[in-house]
Amino acid sequence: MDSATLKSRLEAVLFASDEPLRMDRLLAIFEVEREQLRLVLQELTVDYAQESRGILLQEIAGGFQLRTRPEYAPWVLKLKSSRRTRLSKAATETLAIIAYRQPVTRAEIEYLRGVESGGLVRLLMEKQLIKVVGKKDAPGKPSLYGTTKYFLEYFGLKDLSGLPNLQEFTAPDDAALSLEMDFDN
Amino acid sequence: MNAASGYAIKLDSFEGPLDLLLHLVVQHEMDIYDIPIAKITEQYLFYLEQMEAQNIDVASEFLLMAATLIHIKSKMLLPVPPIESSDDLDIDPRVELVHRLLEYQRYKDGAQQLDEYPQLERDVFARPENAESDMAESTLAPDVTGEVGLFELVQALRGVLERVVEPPYHEVYVTDLTVAEAGQKLRALLDGREHMPFNECFSDLPRRLEIVVMFIAVLECVKLQRCKIVQLNPQGMIYIYPVHTQNCSSDCTSQEE
Repeated sequence: MDSATLKSRLEAVLFASDEPLRMDRLLAIFEVEREQLRLVLQELTVDYAQESRGILLQEIAGGFQLRTRPEYAPWVLKLKSSRRTRLSKAATETLAIIAYRQPVTRAEIEYLRGVESGGLVRLLMEKQLIKVVGKKDAPGKPSLYGTTKYFLEYFGLKDLSGLPNLQEFTAPDDAALSLEMDFDN
Repeated sequence: MNAASGYAIKLDSFEGPLDLLLHLVVQHEMDIYDIPIAKITEQYLFYLEQMEAQNIDVASEFLLMAATLIHIKSKMLLPVPPIESSDDLDIDPRVELVHRLLEYQRYKDGAQQLDEYPQLERDVFARPENAESDMAESTLAPDVTGEVGLFELVQALRGVLERVVEPPYHEVYVTDLTVAEAGQKLRALLDGREHMPFNECFSDLPRRLEIVVMFIAVLECVKLQRCKIVQLNPQGMIYIYPVHTQNCSSDCTSQEE
């Protein structure tokens, strides 16, 4: 199959799919060499990346998916006659803690946030952004929470390494602090 | 609200005591590694007083933090006992609080950045889930492992129950549908089919009670490994797949009677 043909067929399949398509799935559909498919995917990505296009081809949650460009959200929202929904600040904060610290218990989340977070954890479960990934081997066997595949889709991430980098703070360790104390005295 | 005093202070809302403390540290340009505990405690308590003055319920977490601050302050006032193991000796009582504040700041920043990412159904859109996805037919063998979560199942049941129109009066009725019968009905529905949408088993059951009985029958069937409940995508359709086994006795639920 020449690359031009593959590109058109690939576009058709991506257009029709309602979920990110994994490489393996695409290989099974087209029965071509991985390398050829990879190149064509790359070409198609570049094609869509041009300013004049309304959609993008993105690598999401280990697969490939066509998505509308963020700047055209207002028009798509009119089509869907829905309002923008967004996670509250508290919910995003809780979600961020779970995403960076997973697997994490509710008690740990609450310690980090300094507030009761049970309701938010439940909300995030209902939205399927997080799930129970296990039980901690501690008294009471508390549930451990982690993010879902849908979390990656929700934020358009290829994998968890795509999370924003957390700022590192210098020397919050005890040694530095006690040194300062000495000077104060 | 505060008509008597003639003015009302507009209070920013904070996610919790840590959020408030961070705000105070920044506002008063304090060095986070050397927080003047007396000053921050004073500011903190002032803020809580403002909250109370405006009839805002002060959450217990805020009070707990106030107690912690005072505890730290009192620890710092006490003379350090002279002979101790040298490790414990010079631990600043503020260390834990500073740790927590810095950790909290990191996640707060992370959350802020995350919030700016284009989000699905808010900033970007993809093809929505096909309700009756054709892909389910072609690509799924009965050994699919799209396990359905408890929440999704409960939500699906809630969806079914919401469609029941309850009469405005209370009717006492007798239903003779047993779980065993519902199980048989379920098997009849599944007979010869690859799978069935979850909602379909409730389609000719008009009453709440009967729906609940059928739902129990479905769970029973899963427990006896005669069928599987499968959801392929989050927010996708839930399907019931019959499990074909060799020596499948005709009535599975009667043994449960």
